Amino acid sequence: MSSVTTLEPPVSPGATPEPPERHRVSGGMLDPKQLLVSLPDACRKLDPRTMVRNPVMFVVEVGSVLTTLSAIKDPSVFAWVIAVWLWLTVIFANLSEAVAEGRGKAQAETLRRTKTDTVARRLVDWRHGAANPREESAPAAELRLGDHVVVEAGQIIPGDGDVVEGVASVDESAITGESAPVIRESGGDRSAVTGGTTVLSDRIVVKITSKPGETFIDRMIALVEGAARQKTPNEIALNILLASMTIIFMLAVVTLQPFAIYAGAEQTIVVLVALLVALIPTTIGALLSAIGIAGMDRLVQRNVLAMSGRAVEAAGDVNTLLLDKTGTITLGNRQAAEFVPAGKVTIEELADAAQLSSLADETPEGRSIVVLAKERYALRGRAEGELRGAQFVPFTAQTRMSGVDLVEDGDQRSLRKGAATAVMQWIRENGGHPTEEIGPMVDAIAGAGGTPLVVGEVVEREGTKVATVLGVINLKDVVKAGMRERFDELRRMGIRTVMITGDNPMTAKAIADEAGVDDFLAEATPEDKMALIRREQEGGKLVAMTGDGTNDAPALAQADVGVAMNTGTSAAKEAGNMVDLDSNPTKLIEIVEIGKQLLITRGALTTFSIANDVAKYFAIIPAMFAGVYPGLHHLNIMGLHSPTSAITSAIIFNALIIVALIPLALRGVRYKPSSASALLSRNIWVYGLGGLVLPFAGIKLIDLVVQFIPGLN
Amino acid sequence: MNDTLAGWLQILALLAVLALSYRPLGDYMAHILTSPRHWKVEKFLYRAGGVDGDADQRWPVYLRSVLAFSAMSVLFLYGLQRLQNHLPLAEGMAAVNPATSFNTAVSFVTNTNWQSYSGESTMGHLVQMAGLAVQNFVSAAVGIAVVAALIRGFTRRRTDRVGNFWVDLTRIVLRLLLPMAFVFAIILVACGAIQNFHGVHSISTIVGDHQSITGGPVASQETIKELGTNGGGFYNANSAHPFENPNAFTNIVEIYLLLVISACLPRTFGTMVGDKRQGYAILAVMALIWAASVAIITVNELHSYHSAAGHAAGGMLEGKEQRIGVWGSALFAASTTLTSTGAVNSFHDSFTPLGGGTTIFNMMLGEIAPGGTGSGLYGMLILAIITVFVAGLMVGRTPEYLGKKLGGREMKFASLYILTTPAVVLVGAGIAMALPGERANMLNTGAHGFSEVLYAFTSAANNNGSAFAGITVTSNWWNTALGLAMLIGRFLPMVFILALAGSLGKQQPVPATAGTLPTHRPQFVGLLTAVVIIVVGLTYFPALALGPLAEGLH
Repeated sequence: MSSVTTLEPPVSPGATPEPPERHRVSGGMLDPKQLLVSLPDACRKLDPRTMVRNPVMFVVEVGSVLTTLSAIKDPSVFAWVIAVWLWLTVIFANLSEAVAEGRGKAQAETLRRTKTDTVARRLVDWRHGAANPREESAPAAELRLGDHVVVEAGQIIPGDGDVVEGVASVDESAITGESAPVIRESGGDRSAVTGGTTVLSDRIVVKITSKPGETFIDRMIALVEGAARQKTPNEIALNILLASMTIIFMLAVVTLQPFAIYAGAEQTIVVLVALLVALIPTTIGALLSAIGIAGMDRLVQRNVLAMSGRAVEAAGDVNTLLLDKTGTITLGNRQAAEFVPAGKVTIEELADAAQLSSLADETPEGRSIVVLAKERYALRGRAEGELRGAQFVPFTAQTRMSGVDLVEDGDQRSLRKGAATAVMQWIRENGGHPTEEIGPMVDAIAGAGGTPLVVGEVVEREGTKVATVLGVINLKDVVKAGMRERFDELRRMGIRTVMITGDNPMTAKAIADEAGVDDFLAEATPEDKMALIRREQEGGKLVAMTGDGTNDAPALAQADVGVAMNTGTSAAKEAGNMVDLDSNPTKLIEIVEIGKQLLITRGALTTFSIANDVAKYFAIIPAMFAGVYPGLHHLNIMGLHSPTSAITSAIIFNALIIVALIPLALRGVRYKPSSASALLSRNIWVYGLGGLVLPFAGIKLIDLVVQFIPGLN
Repeated sequence: MNDTLAGWLQILALLAVLALSYRPLGDYMAHILTSPRHWKVEKFLYRAGGVDGDADQRWPVYLRSVLAFSAMSVLFLYGLQRLQNHLPLAEGMAAVNPATSFNTAVSFVTNTNWQSYSGESTMGHLVQMAGLAVQNFVSAAVGIAVVAALIRGFTRRRTDRVGNFWVDLTRIVLRLLLPMAFVFAIILVACGAIQNFHGVHSISTIVGDHQSITGGPVASQETIKELGTNGGGFYNANSAHPFENPNAFTNIVEIYLLLVISACLPRTFGTMVGDKRQGYAILAVMALIWAASVAIITVNELHSYHSAAGHAAGGMLEGKEQRIGVWGSALFAASTTLTSTGAVNSFHDSFTPLGGGTTIFNMMLGEIAPGGTGSGLYGMLILAIITVFVAGLMVGRTPEYLGKKLGGREMKFASLYILTTPAVVLVGAGIAMALPGERANMLNTGAHGFSEVLYAFTSAANNNGSAFAGITVTSNWWNTALGLAMLIGRFLPMVFILALAGSLGKQQPVPATAGTLPTHRPQFVGLLTAVVIIVVGLTYFPALALGPLAEGLH
């Protein structure tokens, strides 16, 4: 196809790296209307068979039933107020889960709308370069693997696939939510398109790579709906702790009755249940499942699909990040930075030859040569058809060269550009002798971290061949802005970064130093990558990596967190446990942050929940026993109005705090990458101390109101 | 020298000798528990017992060995008491009744040393020496062996072998407890404690009454009673008796003995896991709680008395020995209830409500500051695990302690551990309070009477063995109920500890990074202390409110 005159490095808007100063991973805000909409779902979840999966809240539900029965038997304002608020506590807990799920459902609904019955324009017997292939209409659902379809401006891409011809701007907002269009083009690493997205300009031919019903949108719908949500290992461990605390407090409350009877202060069922509910960790118990769902949801909002919650948790634990140099650390690909002519060749001659030989090179490197020649030496990028008699030789991984064979005035002129060894070999084969100076030139560029590409020429005139090396192109990696700060941040979080590159060790080291990664793996083969992962894992470390190629698949499967690029091959997507829709490898860092934020939110709310108990004791214990032991009035440090108003206030606080914390549970607590010590200090101050102090104020405030309920005292 | 100065000097002297002991004794214990070499006499014992001293046991086997050994000990001790009138050195004592025998056998095997009998009028010398004294050694050694297995769970990788119980037991007795007990017995004798095989002397007092004075191998018993955090006295008056604890100096020696092994075990832990700072962090938490407890009890006993006698004496001297004083008694009371010793040199029942309440609270914390030999450290490590779990989440990682991940399995055992003792205490006290007949055994009425019952079950379930006194616990019901509380409170937690050790040992440790929660900093020390007070303390708050708090707040 045609060469593309891209002026800027090919970075699609969706893949713009996050500015480094944006620390906070945040989710969408909670719309109060969502609470109302989710209410019916919340009430449906009152079914004991559903509740029993959450032991803490199940105990509250049983307590609500007991209190209600007791209130029916011995009606009093106090008993009914407590009964109502206990039921509200359970409903609020269910509400948090329903809201979290509701957000996923809304997303799934949006996605379903994109699955309209698109009619595909299938091309029969399409081959590369074939003119006017036969076209037929076919429903999108009937497309098979390997079918070719053509999509033009304004049409919807009928299925997942790879662009094999053309370039187009595509609106992927249906999936990614990003309204700015992205460029999708044949060759290179941005060839994958997703069904349901819309072509905005130009025309592309897409080779279908998914079976009907297994498209990306289908999988995405299943994931965001959370149909197969399972408790993650950490969630299970926390549940065990919460359940055992619940049992301890049940024992404490049940055995309190004989003590109380002895003291002459027998308690009613209502008061005992109120004490129990106040003590067991209801806050975290109520919000635990919402936190997990919201964590997955935050990833989805960042266009990352995690195949399991386990993977999200593992992301928080990652010790080592394997980052592909290209696209993650450096901008897209290496770019031509300068032409270094050899011998008597002028720089213009070299630029011209370099451009001509790169016209058929669809790789970003090839394109950058065309661009450099055009920008710096005003050489217009010529389309392939423009040069008559030109035979283009595309770049392949085997030959490691691209070029063109031209017939000019009966002379045969061949130009080749490619890896130094390949081009030198080609020159020698054609009877040429690369000059001595080429070797040092190549080494100098490589030593400075650049990639040398050699341009060679063979001119065949009247049976004699003259093979010469014209010069060297210096391809340089451009390290993305802000990467060094990011890596410093990761280091503070205790995460080691390893750059993976196919470059030689010298080049790799130069870039590694410039970017500030901890380590690098040069001349990496898939086997090397695999060995590195294994080695890290044997040392007890968790490894995360991104990958897109088929040869990345084994490593993606071996890594604890394997993020496959959406543009990548289907083998890579199958092997990884996450897929990044934006195909932005830098996002791995964000994924780690989201994983950490999920765990921090759980820990912070657990701490908050436990710390709350202190104030509740000071509210309820004097209310229960100050009648028989007046000294216990000293414990009523909040100065609550009456025993009944004190207990009521504690229970109302206990219920309201759940609703108040739903937004936090959904959004996740504030997370700023820093060392474990700093994080812990902050969270202890906010959630530990806050959890200790806040309920004193809250219960007192509620007491100021409820004391006026007629008949409560 | 006034009381205050003397009190401070006692505390400082105690802290100084403990500090001097920390490194050498801690490292020596680590050496005992890790050395591959056996002593000749040990090799002989292993051969005699058919034990392969070089073979490590998987955790279930280790557990079976602990349980089998303890079961044999209970049976032996029970038989010895029941048959003592047919055996030599009975000093004319009759066979002990079944319930008391059961209670006593369990009590000494579980390192509780709760005594529902009066030593000098129930047990002959043979039972005292061949039965009770032997258990004073081995029950202490069992605790250390179990914590050694847990530490090995932390240090080992990819194995479920946690050590060899028989080797641990033998080495701890032969290399640690016997030599120390021998040396300190001589010191006690030199300072006035008695050591003889005399029977009962009948003497006439100057006012013309007759008094029976029982002699016996007191100093040797006394040493291991404190050193092994046992607490079972030769005499009913325990360390308040002048033959056991003659003066202020022996008082400090005895407090030192009951603290020293448990206080140095954090060093053993730090040395074995290869990071001594971890030991210091654990020690710091223990020291903080201990210091706070000593302070609260001392202040209350010195200042919050409300009786005329108290005013006259300048402190709450009721139930305390004049020769030991308020300071020495408070120091002893805090130390004995924060370890699983339970020896007493004063009558805790007569303490001020808040002072006495603190002794109950000390035990409720699970006796972890520094706790019983071995059991104190493993109790504290469980709480450290709970702390690491919650705090670890707050730093955004799957929590790990010393490189070992705390997943569902680890949390299950840790949770069951912290569940066991409160369950036994609360259910036991609940049943006792619900039964009018058993309630009637209380000496006092009202909140104080309830404190006596609460104290009894707290002491038994936590294997402390100290008594609030006041309550009469010699009935079959009390003997059996408290016996069961001691059994469950001792061995069920050991099951969870060893299972946890096995589960930790199987893991490949995760290397520490900047993202790992540091468990050696003051931050963690503070957090662990808060968890101990809030998580454990909150469980008992309602019960405490009806006992010591109801009584102590005016």
